[in-house]
Amino acid sequence: MARTVWDSTVGKKTVMAVSGVIMLMYLVAHVIGNLKIFFGPEEFNHYGHWLRTVGEPFMHYEWTLWLIRVVLAGAVVAHAVCAYQLSRRDIKARPSKYVHRKPQASYATRTMRWGGIILGLFIVWHVLDLTTGTVHSGGFQAGHPYQNVVDTFSTWYGNVIYIVAMLALGLHIRHGFWSAAQTLGVGSRARDRALKTIADVLALLLTAGFIAVPVGVMTGVVS
Amino acid sequence: MTSYTDYTTGEPAVDSKAPSGPVHERWDKRRFEARLVNPANRRKHTIIVVGTGLAGGAAGATLAEQGYHVVQFCYQDSPRRAHSIAAQGGINAAKNYRNDGDSIHRLFYDTVKGGDFRARESNVHRLAQISVEIIDQCVAQGVPFAREYGGLLDTRSFGGVQVSRTFYARGQTGQQLLLGAYQALSRQIAAGNVEMHPRTEMLDLIVVDGRARGIVARDLVTGKTDTYVADAVVLASGGYGNVFYLSTNAMNSNATAVWRAHRRGAHFANPCFTQIHPTCIPRTGDHQSKLTLMSESLRNDGRIWVPKAKGDTRPPNQIPEDERDYYLERIYPSFGNLVPRDIASRAAKNVCDEGRGIGPGGQGVYLDFADAIRRMGRAAVEARYGNLFDMYQRITDEDPYEVPMRIYPAVHYTMGGLWVDYDLQTTVPGLFAIGEANFSDHGANRLGASALMQGLADGYFVLPATINDYLARNPHQDPVTPEHPVVQEMLADTEDRLNLLLAVDGDRTPDSFHRELGELMWEFCGMARTESGLRKALERIPQIREEFWRRIKVPGTGEEFNQSLEKANRIVDYLELAELMCLDALHRAESCGGHFREESQTPEGEAARRDDTFAYAAAWEFTGTGVAPTLHKEDLVFEYVHPTQRSYA
Amino acid sequence: MKLTLRVWRQKNADADGAMSTYAVDGISSDMSFLEMLDILNEQLILSGEEPVAFDHDCREGICGACSLVINGEAHGPERTTACQLHMRSFQDGDTIDIEPWRASAFPVIRDLVVDRSAFDRIIQAGGYVTAPTGSAPEAHATPVPKADADFAFEHAECIGCGACVAACPNGAAMLFTSAKINHLNVLPQGAPERETRVLDMVAQMDSEGFGGCTLTGECATACPKGIPLVSITSMNKEWLRAARKAGKR
Repeated sequence: MARTVWDSTVGKKTVMAVSGVIMLMYLVAHVIGNLKIFFGPEEFNHYGHWLRTVGEPFMHYEWTLWLIRVVLAGAVVAHAVCAYQLSRRDIKARPSKYVHRKPQASYATRTMRWGGIILGLFIVWHVLDLTTGTVHSGGFQAGHPYQNVVDTFSTWYGNVIYIVAMLALGLHIRHGFWSAAQTLGVGSRARDRALKTIADVLALLLTAGFIAVPVGVMTGVVS
Repeated sequence: MTSYTDYTTGEPAVDSKAPSGPVHERWDKRRFEARLVNPANRRKHTIIVVGTGLAGGAAGATLAEQGYHVVQFCYQDSPRRAHSIAAQGGINAAKNYRNDGDSIHRLFYDTVKGGDFRARESNVHRLAQISVEIIDQCVAQGVPFAREYGGLLDTRSFGGVQVSRTFYARGQTGQQLLLGAYQALSRQIAAGNVEMHPRTEMLDLIVVDGRARGIVARDLVTGKTDTYVADAVVLASGGYGNVFYLSTNAMNSNATAVWRAHRRGAHFANPCFTQIHPTCIPRTGDHQSKLTLMSESLRNDGRIWVPKAKGDTRPPNQIPEDERDYYLERIYPSFGNLVPRDIASRAAKNVCDEGRGIGPGGQGVYLDFADAIRRMGRAAVEARYGNLFDMYQRITDEDPYEVPMRIYPAVHYTMGGLWVDYDLQTTVPGLFAIGEANFSDHGANRLGASALMQGLADGYFVLPATINDYLARNPHQDPVTPEHPVVQEMLADTEDRLNLLLAVDGDRTPDSFHRELGELMWEFCGMARTESGLRKALERIPQIREEFWRRIKVPGTGEEFNQSLEKANRIVDYLELAELMCLDALHRAESCGGHFREESQTPEGEAARRDDTFAYAAAWEFTGTGVAPTLHKEDLVFEYVHPTQRSYA
Repeated sequence: MKLTLRVWRQKNADADGAMSTYAVDGISSDMSFLEMLDILNEQLILSGEEPVAFDHDCREGICGACSLVINGEAHGPERTTACQLHMRSFQDGDTIDIEPWRASAFPVIRDLVVDRSAFDRIIQAGGYVTAPTGSAPEAHATPVPKADADFAFEHAECIGCGACVAACPNGAAMLFTSAKINHLNVLPQGAPERETRVLDMVAQMDSEGFGGCTLTGECATACPKGIPLVSITSMNKEWLRAARKAGKR
């Protein structure tokens, strides 16, 4: 079965759909957590601490978090590898363009590849910025995520990178969610409208939810 | 030199394979008497099949399933594109699912009568018997026929019959049946039992020691001509309606395979029997490259009319009811708009000749759905004919829901073809002809929805049973290789002809000759024929032929993909076949089915058959280009359906 | 009408091609697009040039032979085949670009003619029901619900022209492949080979060098027979089902 899946374009698309759905579910949890920042440093930092102690006493400190990280990293890698291989294949399958170009499909569809690359780069920056603190702008303080977030969004480039990435995320989810439904075979003519609406709503809520944080910092609601 | 029209009459043509006894037992009897080939020996036999339409596709797949090695050819880029795909209406079968009084005998009777008593009873009865198996076979292949809500197959009635025996898949029955055969063939290609050569056109038949042993064919992509040898050759290359230039045939449908076989000894039977389909979209101008058929099923609900007055140019909606002439309903009250094709076509020609035709050039009649829309509502009409109405609107830019359709007859099908015996073998041993390429089952006129039936009957059931007998009696013991001198000679022949075409370098295009020939044939050998007209055509054709070889211009070379060369080479054969068609039409001084001689009509203007003189199939033997051929008559005996003047009044 | 045509000319599969410009005059709006090309070709032959090669046959929109990209769109601006496109869709003085299908799985043979045999091989991989002649049960032995029969028919309408591949930015053949799979897999007659059919046909499609699907929907927009995009979804579902079942064996 694994061989069948990996060798097939339809199988690789399935891998992308499943990994995409995993990442999407994570993002939903992530955005909910992020919004706690509007309730002050205590609640937000407490939430950050809780993340490391989830599952205790069954799990050791940070085990659950690491488990999630491993699954997520797996999903990102699988998603990216499949995307890369499929894109290579797609470009090879259509080597010569038409002399007469015509306007292409929707913006979201066309930006899947570039959007994906932007998001990949963003994830690297985001982890180095707020998880490891390697490229953090202020003095990174482990265990004080509230302050770290405020620091990041106190720089112009932090805001730009973040907001651009979140817009890309919205577009990516908009087409990606609907696409995944088609790949997993749950789409149908009757459900098409519902799926597109869910995709739009998800994309909008996630983008708005994530962007609320830098906007909050910029406007001084969060400081 | 004797004139072409001074043909001689040779020995009668005899169907030596025809079994005797009660008509319904003949097919069983023949199958039992036919020798079989041991399954283990079948793979040692190679059979060439030319064409991949309903007949060829079905035959190739079935022969391969039986274990033969099949080498198959089509000029199209894929076997799926053969012109059977364009058949719209349906396929007849005597299933009697409607309990409306249908039976094998009734289908047999209707077909013999519809063919105006110029078909063989034995063959037609076999066709009716097999019709029921065809539906079973196609359903098993996954052909999506129309179904009722209960999940069972739906049927409808079709021109010229009073029972509902026509199975259909919306307006695309031919497509669905062809894809069924194509898929069965694809399975055999994948299994290695069929060696498929698409984009390869047969240009000659190889006959060694009096037996068909292969073909010369040209790879249309590389331009290379090559020889292919086999133990038997099956032609399923379709009809020759494109002699008329404008027809409903595909642009590349052609007569080369059958004509080349004819030149190599296969007799050509009843070439003048051509079917003019009554419901086609009229031509719009000289640029017209082909004509488009509108399914005959439209006549189930549409009413055909012209203005009563000559030269009435008012728009149809402004012509009041009492100034319209619903001429088919008037002349044929019991069948009305559903009379057989030949009768409907001729009636349309008559009203147009009277000056009452409509549309540009007065070459058209109205097919009006206003009553049907009033009676059943627009939605019901749309459900039944929606795709046809859309097609009409796309071509004419007129909305048939609002204004009546304009239709006019067009060449559609050729009942004539290579003469074959009951086993579908031509006069060249080892050469078989199936589907529209042969002449056997439709007599002088084919009923609607019977072409698909015959093609599939020949391909799936008849040929695979009868070809065994030939192969069993002619065991594979004298291998002919491509190096054989006769094979080499025939290859050289073909190459010479192509080179000659390229060498002329004249000043006229292939299409210009084709169009000229087509116009001549339509005028003199079309819906109504006269002795003087046919003589005129017979005088003119050799002149066109002579001019062709002097002035044809074929650009490019023979060693490449060259569509002009393909075209020109096909016209060479049309220019000879057209002559035989006219001669056949001239010699048959009677009217029957699609062949209407103005000299032979009843006082009411209907076709008058002359059974005393012409109750035979005319099989012509080739004696040389432009040289008077030899006629072999096959007498037709009617034991079950007694010839009467057809009456649809 | 007077038109300027820019046509892709390519001598053979190995030669380089380029767009050539021609003028045609006296075009009537009742002509089909291919009849307009006929006029160009008559003109070219008489002026000693080689005519433009293009595939065409039935000219009724059903054989699937014609395969022209007209002004960047497979089969041109109307939802039909090029042979059923009429010149009334264009204006006097227009410049029209005519190119062949573009996909590495459809190599150009000459001018506007491409090799679509990859489609035949996809069908050969499993696009059939194994029902040798003579083995069929009585046609009414297995009723098929009308809805299933209609679903099958809707997909069986595919004419195999390849417009879906030509329109797809990835040169994917998903719509073509899904049409045949859906046609046969929904029918009881197709059930015994349901899993092998979809797995084998998709594998063949991949090995022919077609691209993957990114669900841009260009294929369904170009399809002259209106095969819907959701056809691909149904095939994906069939494929996943088959892959799961194959995994269990």
